[in-house]
Amino acid sequence: MTAVSDPNQLADLLAEATDTRVNLDFESEGMTLNMGPQHPATHGTLRIVAKLDGEQVISAEPICGYMHRGYEKIVEVRTYPQINALINRIDWLGSFANEVPFILAAEKLMGVEAPPRAQWIRTILFEMSRVANISLFLGDFGLQLGGMTAGFYAFRDREHVLNQIESATGGRFHPNFDRIGGLKDDLPKGWISDSHVAMDKLLAFCDEMEDLLVGNEIFQSRTRGIGIIPADIALSYGLSGANLRASGVDWDLRRDGCPPGLVYDQADWKVWTHPDGDCFARTWVRLQETREAAKIVKQLLDTIPAGPVMAKVPRIIKVPEGEAYVATENPLGEMGYYVVSKGDLVPFRVKIRSASFNNISIVPWVARGAYVPDLISILGSLYFILGDIDR
Amino acid sequence: MRTWLSVGRVIRLSSADTTDATASGASAEEVITDEAREAVLAELTARLGDAVLGSHIRPGDDLWVRVDRSAWRDAAEAAKAMGFTFFDYVSGIDWLPSPFGRDMDAQEDLVVSGAEPKEPAPIVQGYAGGETRFQVIAHVYNIATATGIHFKADVPDGDLTLPTWTGVFAGANWHERETREMFGISFDGHPNLINMYLPTDFQGFPLRKDFPLLARRVRPWPGIVDVEPMPGVADAEEGDAE
Repeated sequence: MTAVSDPNQLADLLAEATDTRVNLDFESEGMTLNMGPQHPATHGTLRIVAKLDGEQVISAEPICGYMHRGYEKIVEVRTYPQINALINRIDWLGSFANEVPFILAAEKLMGVEAPPRAQWIRTILFEMSRVANISLFLGDFGLQLGGMTAGFYAFRDREHVLNQIESATGGRFHPNFDRIGGLKDDLPKGWISDSHVAMDKLLAFCDEMEDLLVGNEIFQSRTRGIGIIPADIALSYGLSGANLRASGVDWDLRRDGCPPGLVYDQADWKVWTHPDGDCFARTWVRLQETREAAKIVKQLLDTIPAGPVMAKVPRIIKVPEGEAYVATENPLGEMGYYVVSKGDLVPFRVKIRSASFNNISIVPWVARGAYVPDLISILGSLYFILGDIDR
Repeated sequence: MRTWLSVGRVIRLSSADTTDATASGASAEEVITDEAREAVLAELTARLGDAVLGSHIRPGDDLWVRVDRSAWRDAAEAAKAMGFTFFDYVSGIDWLPSPFGRDMDAQEDLVVSGAEPKEPAPIVQGYAGGETRFQVIAHVYNIATATGIHFKADVPDGDLTLPTWTGVFAGANWHERETREMFGISFDGHPNLINMYLPTDFQGFPLRKDFPLLARRVRPWPGIVDVEPMPGVADAEEGDAE
């Protein structure tokens, strides 16, 4: 052990040493294991440097930045409609959901409200991207734990949702469909009935996954009691989405802090929580969430009001001076944009609060004392998208 | 069902410190007060005393509180004690108007083109005021009442440091690292203030306004607009004129 001169670092090390989950032995040199940047469990290019003592992880530090694209800098020289196309790429599995909080923040500053039909379609597409995103999680998590079948089933059934998103917006992965004051276009003919069919297929997929994966004995033994996050720790790290609800915290921005412009109050649905806080709980909450999302879509499809999909907004969009923070419950968790405008064509500053950044910052805490194979379960169940960490 | 009275109309949002909202004859429903957030602000002021330097409430939406930087950690503790246990984010704002891009051409470009150098635009801080170029902003939630507080603190240019929040909210660790890397604002007592994204030997702080965005320098605002007319088009126009 080398001498530590920095008192802060020393305090950190001592805190590690007093952690009862680790049988930390300062005498042993241990071993450093480098996971990634190209590990399949990292959904992109995240590197985890894990210090091991035998099979036990003493400390695991994620190294980010392999995909940092500097959105917060580049949006300062892009107009609001241009930014919409950029921020699609933050969480690339649920792209439409990225656009919505930003557009809502701009709408809040401008004092514009989208027509009801646009609000309905926005919410439907939002929930569809959630279904597309989380259905892939269910398959991918199975894949990481050695269940290949789940992965293929997920890719197969996600197509149904992507096809619907594509036929409405023209883009499978990057719709760029939301506009300040409404939507780019109305829905195509026959879309509503097709979407009902697609959502029924996804509900069947959820049942299938419950039998195949979540009910599987091997899956449960790999996830139950692994990577437990208590509620207070989850809150202080700012965990959001299913990760927070799996720790027993009943908090969903769709229900509790829904910004005006989304119509979640028009559907009958539930917020699921789980008291365990382990990897299984996180998977289970996500499975229920996918079902609820499909139900929300089906209910809203039946009640879409008629009318225009675009409010009257100026052709050249200048956002009045002010600051606004709008956050929505995205597939990965809370995603928010803090927009500072100086009354110009471009925002003065945009802080992008992405869910994965907070969700993954808990890895050093939760991985401490875990065993190496469990690290895969923990990383997989926390569910992050690299673009959402690095932005 | 909700009623959609406002559909298609543009309504200005009311704001607590906007004096002309009432002066311009705004309707009575726009002058709403927010008792819940007023109460939060009152309790924060009681706990922190003189350290609360400024505040702003947008009724029904958000609360901004600017605290003295010496009380930055106390503010976090007070908020946590008041039930604001959900940590959201910490970040920074550089209020310097951009010396590049749209507002102002870079001074060296003006020298080359022979134009007069412009006066730099004044620094104007946002809600809850401010005195310095850099501010740190943080957001915490109370999940029981579904309200949030945006904390702001001034960081003077000569001494870009703040006390760390890591002891109060563990999640502040990465956010403070990011803020240090992007703005050069340091956090006292942070256990591991190393770069998050950039290489260790990276020079400069990318999110400062005086850090040039190279793509924008190469092709200034607003990109290609002054495209030369196609030769045939130009000839035809000239021909018409004659």
